[in-house]
Amino acid sequence: MVLKLRLLIKFFSLIVLLFIVSIFTLLTSKLFDGLLFIEKKSIMDYVPNTEGDKEKMLHEMGISSFEPLLEGIPKTLRNFSLKLPQGLSEPQVLKSLKYLSEKNTNTNQCISFLGAGAYEHYIPSLIDHLTFRSEFYTCYTPYQPEVSQGTLQAIYEFQSLMCELTSMDVANASMYDGSTAFAEAALLSIRLKEKNKIICSRATHPEYRHVLRTYLKGMGTEILEIDTPDGITDMNQLEGAIDDNTAAVLIQSPNFFGCIEDMEAISQIAHRHDTLFIACVNPISLGILKPPGEYDADIAVGEAQVLGNYLNYGGPYLGFFTVKKEFLRKMPGRIAGETVDHHGTRCFVLTLQAREQHIRREKATSNICTNQALLALRACIYLCTLGKKGLAELSRLNVQKSHYTYERLCTLDIFEPAFKQPFFNEFTIKSKSTLSIRKVNEHLIKKGIIGGLELSEYYPDLANSMLLCVTETKTKESIDQLIAELTSL
Amino acid sequence: MHQIEPLIFEKSSPGRRCFTLPACDVPEKPITHLLPEKMIRKHAVKLPEVSEIDVVRHFTRLSQKNFCIDTNFYPLGSCTMKYNPKINEDTARLDGFTKLHPYQPVDQCQGILELLFDLEQLLVTISGMYAFTLQPAAGAHGELTGMLIIRAYLEKHGEKRRKIIIPDSAHGTNPASAALCGYEVESIQSNRDGLIDLKRLKSAVTKDTAALMITNPNTLGLFERDILDICKIVHDAGGLVYCDGANMNALLGIARPGDMGIDILHLNMHKTFSTPHGGGGPGAGPIGVTEKLKPFLPVPRIEMAEQSLKEGMNNTKHDKSATKTYVLNYQHPDSIGSVRAFYGHIGIMVRAYTYLLSLGKEGVCKVGEFSILNANYLRHKLIKYYDIPYGKTCMHEFVISAKKQREKGASALDIAKRLLDYGFHAPTIYFPLIVEEALMVEPTESESMETLNAFADAMIQIATDIEQRPEAIRNTPQTTPIGRPDEVKAAREPKLKWEKQ
Repeated sequence: MVLKLRLLIKFFSLIVLLFIVSIFTLLTSKLFDGLLFIEKKSIMDYVPNTEGDKEKMLHEMGISSFEPLLEGIPKTLRNFSLKLPQGLSEPQVLKSLKYLSEKNTNTNQCISFLGAGAYEHYIPSLIDHLTFRSEFYTCYTPYQPEVSQGTLQAIYEFQSLMCELTSMDVANASMYDGSTAFAEAALLSIRLKEKNKIICSRATHPEYRHVLRTYLKGMGTEILEIDTPDGITDMNQLEGAIDDNTAAVLIQSPNFFGCIEDMEAISQIAHRHDTLFIACVNPISLGILKPPGEYDADIAVGEAQVLGNYLNYGGPYLGFFTVKKEFLRKMPGRIAGETVDHHGTRCFVLTLQAREQHIRREKATSNICTNQALLALRACIYLCTLGKKGLAELSRLNVQKSHYTYERLCTLDIFEPAFKQPFFNEFTIKSKSTLSIRKVNEHLIKKGIIGGLELSEYYPDLANSMLLCVTETKTKESIDQLIAELTSL
Repeated sequence: MHQIEPLIFEKSSPGRRCFTLPACDVPEKPITHLLPEKMIRKHAVKLPEVSEIDVVRHFTRLSQKNFCIDTNFYPLGSCTMKYNPKINEDTARLDGFTKLHPYQPVDQCQGILELLFDLEQLLVTISGMYAFTLQPAAGAHGELTGMLIIRAYLEKHGEKRRKIIIPDSAHGTNPASAALCGYEVESIQSNRDGLIDLKRLKSAVTKDTAALMITNPNTLGLFERDILDICKIVHDAGGLVYCDGANMNALLGIARPGDMGIDILHLNMHKTFSTPHGGGGPGAGPIGVTEKLKPFLPVPRIEMAEQSLKEGMNNTKHDKSATKTYVLNYQHPDSIGSVRAFYGHIGIMVRAYTYLLSLGKEGVCKVGEFSILNANYLRHKLIKYYDIPYGKTCMHEFVISAKKQREKGASALDIAKRLLDYGFHAPTIYFPLIVEEALMVEPTESESMETLNAFADAMIQIATDIEQRPEAIRNTPQTTPIGRPDEVKAAREPKLKWEKQ
C-alpha cells in the first residue's frame, strides 16, 4: 500500500516535473521568439505596417503577394542586388555621426577670422527653439492657405522686413543662396532690358561670378568684369564699358575685399546709360550703411545667412531678392500677399503665381520651386529679436571690432593695408615681409586661431594678402590673442 | 489656433527690447571717424520693438496655424510627405556640422567630407548611376545642373542640338529648367495608357534633340514599361535621357534608373530621403550621371586624396580609414562650373546620411515596397467611388479624376478643401494637367493601414455627400483657422508687405 502510494507520488511528481519542464521550454521558446523578434526589428525603417498588416492589405485587394503590383516593370530591371550595409539602431547611428562630427574642428573650438561670404554671428537661443517646432519644419509649401497661415504670415513678415532693411519696394519669399540670387538678378535684367550683356566688378565674390558664368552660359550672354585697382570698381573703366547692349551693372558692397563701394556714383553711371543697377549687399551691414533703395538700385540681392542661420559648412543658406515695384511681375520666386477670406478676415496666400513654373512652364520667370522657407523664417525671427535698436548696435559693434583689429594689425611691422577704403566688418591686409600668408596661417592654426582667407588662389595678382572678418563674436581678448601670436612671429 | 494673430509690426512698442548684445569691449571711436558720412544710413531700420515673450508667443501661435506631418496625414502626390525622423534633426544639429566654415582648411573638415563622400557612394548604389554631385539646392536646381551638363557634353562633341522633348505629364519645373538653359521645349502627348507613346517619340526625336526629360514612375504613378526602348530610341539618335527623380521613392530597392539607360537623374532629398520640407525648403537635389558625363559635373568634386590612398594600400597593417584624406578638387576642365556658392546643402545631407545609416539595405528595400503597397491599397479602396482614369495598379501614387463629382457640382478643389475639415491635408490638385479635375494621392510608406483606412473613409463620405448635397462641400473648409481666401483680390491688388497706416 505504502509502496503503491510512493510509486503513485513518484509518478505524479514525474508528471508535474514534465509539466514544469514543458511549460519552461514553451516559455523560453516564446522568450527566444521574442528575442528574435526584437532582433529583427532593431533596424529603424519608419514603416508602421507589419508583415501581418501587409497580408491583410493584399488580401483585401484580392492578391496573394506583392509582386503582381510590379507587373509594369521589365523583369531585367528587377535583377540586381543592393550592396548597402545593414541598418543601425538609433544609438549606433548617433555614435557614428558624433564620431564624424568630432573629426571636424568647429568654430567653438578655435578663434576664426574667416568671412568671405559665410559669417559667424551670435544666434539667439529662441531662434532654435521656435524653428525646431515641427509645425514649422515638417509642413509643406503653403499651397493650402487655410491650413498654412503660420508659414504664410511668416513669409509675409520676412518680405516686409527685407523691404524695410533694403528700402526696396518688393521682396520675394527667398532664393537658394546669395550666389543664385545674384545670377537670377542678372537673368531678370536680361528679360527686362532685352539686352544680352552684363557688367560686374571683379571684386564681386569669386564664387558668385563663377555661378553667374554657369547660369548665363545657356543664354550666350557676354559678361564683362571691371578691374578694381584700389580695392573698388574702376569708375572710368565702368563708364567706358557700358554700351547699348548692356542690361545691367552688378556691384557687391561691401565687396569681396571688404571695401565699401561708392554705390551712389555707380548707380548714377548705370542709369545715365539706361542700364539697370543691381546691388548685392550684406543685410547686417544695412544696420549702418545706406540701403540700396536710397541709392536708387533697381534690384537688390544678397546672402542672408547672416540673419540667424548657422555656417553649416556652406549651406543651406538664404538668398534674398528685392526689386522696385515696376519689376514685380517679372520677378522670380514665390511671393506671399495679403487678402481676406470669405468672412472678411485678413489672411495670406501665395500670389502672382502666373509668373511661376507650375503655371507658365517654359515661359516662367524662373524654374525655382522649393526655396529656403525655413531659413527665411529664421531670418524673420532674428530681425524681430534684434529689433530696431539691436540691429543698429550690432552693425556698430561689427564696425568697431573690425577697425580695432585692423588698426592693431597695421601697427605690426609685418603687415600693411592692401587698400585704403572704408570697410564694414572685413578688410584685406598684405604681408610686407618675406613671411608668406600661408606660413602665418599655419602658425596661427597651431595656436587655435584660423587666420584670414588667403587671396592669391582667387586673385593671383594679390599675392600674400589675406581677408579677415571680425564680427561681434570676437572679444577684445581673442583679438589681442591674434595680435600677440602675430607679434611673436 | 483660430484667434487672429496680429503682424509682429502691430505689436511693436517704442523702447521694447528682446535680445541684448554684449557691450563693446574694444576702444570705441566715433562712427563718422570710421566711415564716410555719405555712406551711413540716415534713419534707423524700423524693425519691430518687441520683448522676448512677444516674439516667442507670436511665432508659437503662428506655428499652431499650420498643418504638418507631425500632426496630420499629407497625401500630397509627387511631394512624398513621409515622416521626418527626429534623430536626423539631432545629428544635423551637432556643433561639428553646424559650426563649420566653408573655407576652413580641409584637414579641419575631414569628418564632413567623409560623410559627403560616403553619401555620394550610397546614392550611386541605390540609383545605379556612376557618380553623384550633392551641390544642387533643390530638384529644379538639379534639373538646371543636368541641362547644363547635357549642353556641355554635346558641345564637347561638336554638337549644337537645340531641343528638349518633355511629355505633357511632366512637372512644370522640367520645361522651365530646359528653357532657362536656352533650350527649346517640345512637348509630346502621352498615349491612352498615360505612358510615353513610342511612335510619337520616334517621330519627335531628331538630330536636333539634345535630350528627353522624363519622370519614372511618371506623374500618374505609372512605371514607363517601355523605358528600355525609350532610352534606346533617344540614344540611337545621339540624344541623352534625363530622369526627374521626384518619384524615386517607388523605386527604392525595386529598380534602378542607372540600369534603365538613364544618363542623368536628380533626387529630391526632401522627398525620398526623409529630410523635412520646412514649409518650402531647404531641400536638396543631388544629381547622378553615367561615366561619360562625370567629367562635366559641377566643381568642386569631393575626392579621396590619391597619395593617401596608395599609402593606405601599402600600409595594410593599419586601419585604412585612418589614412584616408578627402579633398575639394576644382581641377576638372570639362566641368560646367559652380551652380552655387560653396558645396551644397550640407545640413540636409547630414539628415539624409543619418536616414540611410538607420535604414540600411533592408530598410531601403522596405521603402519602395510599402510605398507601392500603401498606394495600391488606397487606390483599391477608392476606385468604387472615384474615377481613376489610368492604370490597373499604380506605383507610389495614383491620380483621381473628380470629373464625375464635378458634374454633380463639387470640384477637385472642393474635395480638397473638405478634406481639411477631416484633418487631412489635401492631395495635389489640378496636376498632372492631362487629367481633368485631378487629385493626386501619394500616401508614402510611413503611414499605417489605420491611417489609410481613415483617409479612405473620409474620401468615401465626401463622395457620398456630393451625391446628396454638393453645396455643403462647396462651402468648406469650416474648421480651419481661416475660410477660403480671396485669391483674385490678392493678385489684382497685390499687398506684399506691411506698411504703417
